[in-house]
Amino acid sequence: MSDVAERVKKIVVEHLSVDPEKVVEGANFIDDLGADSLDTVELVMAFEEEFGVEIPDDAAETIVTVGDAVKFLEKNAA
Amino acid sequence: MFSLTGRKALVTGASGGIGAEIARALHAQGAVVALSGTRAAALEALAAALGERAHVAPANLADRASVEALVPAAEAAMGGLDILVNNAGITRDNLFMRMKDEEWDSVLAVNLTSSFILARSAVKGMMKRRFGRIIGITSVVGVTGNPGQANYCAAKAGMIGMTKSLAAEVASRNITVNCVAPGFIESAMTDALNDKQREAIMANIPAGRMGKGEEIAAAVAFLASDAAGYVNGQTLHVNGAMARI
Repeated sequence: MSDVAERVKKIVVEHLSVDPEKVVEGANFIDDLGADSLDTVELVMAFEEEFGVEIPDDAAETIVTVGDAVKFLEKNAA
Repeated sequence: MFSLTGRKALVTGASGGIGAEIARALHAQGAVVALSGTRAAALEALAAALGERAHVAPANLADRASVEALVPAAEAAMGGLDILVNNAGITRDNLFMRMKDEEWDSVLAVNLTSSFILARSAVKGMMKRRFGRIIGITSVVGVTGNPGQANYCAAKAGMIGMTKSLAAEVASRNITVNCVAPGFIESAMTDALNDKQREAIMANIPAGRMGKGEEIAAAVAFLASDAAGYVNGQTLHVNGAMARI
């Protein structure tokens, strides 16, 4: 697992208080990890802080799984 | 019981009568306050009178860029923001049929849109910190309506609806969003009334007097406190029994 993926996983586990084993690449934040829409906003804010990037709203809307977040951050994080 | 020690509050319209009383009350309960308004000299004078724990953050709420910059400036000055009081308001009264687009637009912009932008900006940090108080100063006329004030009443009613929606969205994050709805309060706004208007108003206030700014401020201080943590999405009417709603 890449460094980015590890950091993403840590944030997701902390924010959603979920079992780390459930935080797999294909896990959907809402359907699989029990997030509500406000949680997804908070996750995006947490990713922005952790990785020092700005995630515009239209990009945030495309981040629906753990893998989406990792992919976006690997491409855009400094 | 209603201590605000350690809390950081931004009050808009703090150069006006009610806003200054709100700032005083929050400060007296121990909060750090950022005073916003258009009249820098009045803000400086208030900050000097309050002494420590007072910052000045001038802004023109009719100017969108100025509104956008206000919360970040207050957060930078105080090291965070726990309490936002959207108090600033203007009137451009006119009969409905004579009301100009500009009168409608300017009242909606300053009284409602700025409150939206400030709350949107403030709620981010509040969500992170898992604490927040957003308090809008609406008006009794936002609920009852008032001839000659369609713009003002629409903005104040809009603030109540916005407050209820935001409260429902962020209550789970320990953030409360409420309104205080003053009736007739002694202020520059009501000083402008003539004797006849004043008499007519008094006839409708069972308390037999106008309210005082500090009585609005006390309601705000209550809603800002930890004690009011379960009061959410509400409008607290402070009007001497003028409207029982």
